[in-house]
Amino acid sequence: MHDLNTYLFVAAILFSFGVFGVMTRRNGIAILMSVELILNAANINFIAFSRFGGMNLDGHVFALLVIVLAAAEAAVALAIIINIYNNMNTINIDEASSMKE
Amino acid sequence: MAEISFWFVITMTILSAGIVVLSNQLIYSAMALLFTLFGVAGIYVFLWADFIAGVQFLVYIGGILVLIIFGIMLTNRISSVRLSQTNVQQGVGGAIGIWFFILISLVISKTPWLHADAVEPTGTVAGIGTLLLTKYLLPFEAISLLLLGALIGAALLSRKEN
Repeated sequence: MHDLNTYLFVAAILFSFGVFGVMTRRNGIAILMSVELILNAANINFIAFSRFGGMNLDGHVFALLVIVLAAAEAAVALAIIINIYNNMNTINIDEASSMKE
Repeated sequence: MAEISFWFVITMTILSAGIVVLSNQLIYSAMALLFTLFGVAGIYVFLWADFIAGVQFLVYIGGILVLIIFGIMLTNRISSVRLSQTNVQQGVGGAIGIWFFILISLVISKTPWLHADAVEPTGTVAGIGTLLLTKYLLPFEAISLLLLGALIGAALLSRKEN
């Protein structure tokens, strides 16, 4: 139906949006959401190559591992962000640049 | 019909991803992220990955997105003065983002990708399960250890000190 390039271009657009978000956002949670965009772009690539490489299920296993990593990363990142908020009363990443108060 | 729904899913994914990174209000970004994740799950369905699409719904939308919205509610003061959500490096960030897109587009269009024909499988769950317990047994165990570590670490980091 559609060729591989369509999916790869969609993933490239998602990845570029994610990179833009990581670099320009100042809120920690917004940066986390941009990282999720990047991981989703990588996952689309895995599944697309799996589908157009003769329906090879190895790509599906890798996508599954990426999703699990994203879940672990979100849990730890949110715990860190809430800690920063409790200590500094802000989650602006630019202001939270010192290692110790 | 399938063509129309395909392009609808693609457009929804890209537009809402744009809102995620450009919106000034954090809760709007989270809502747009919901539509992006829905769209990505739709793309998985178009790529015959039924199980991964289900996991995307369960873990991303049911787990990670709810976690992110909790985080927003715990750290946003309603009465606070609204600050700009983006820093001053928007021009540089946009330039680097566009540069990345051009680079990846060149790679995509210049590379002669291998194509292998395939027939649509009746289901992928059995195949993924077999792979997870044979070829990828070690990564499977390692990732379960990592999940345990993340669980303990998150609980340790976020508990109240007394």
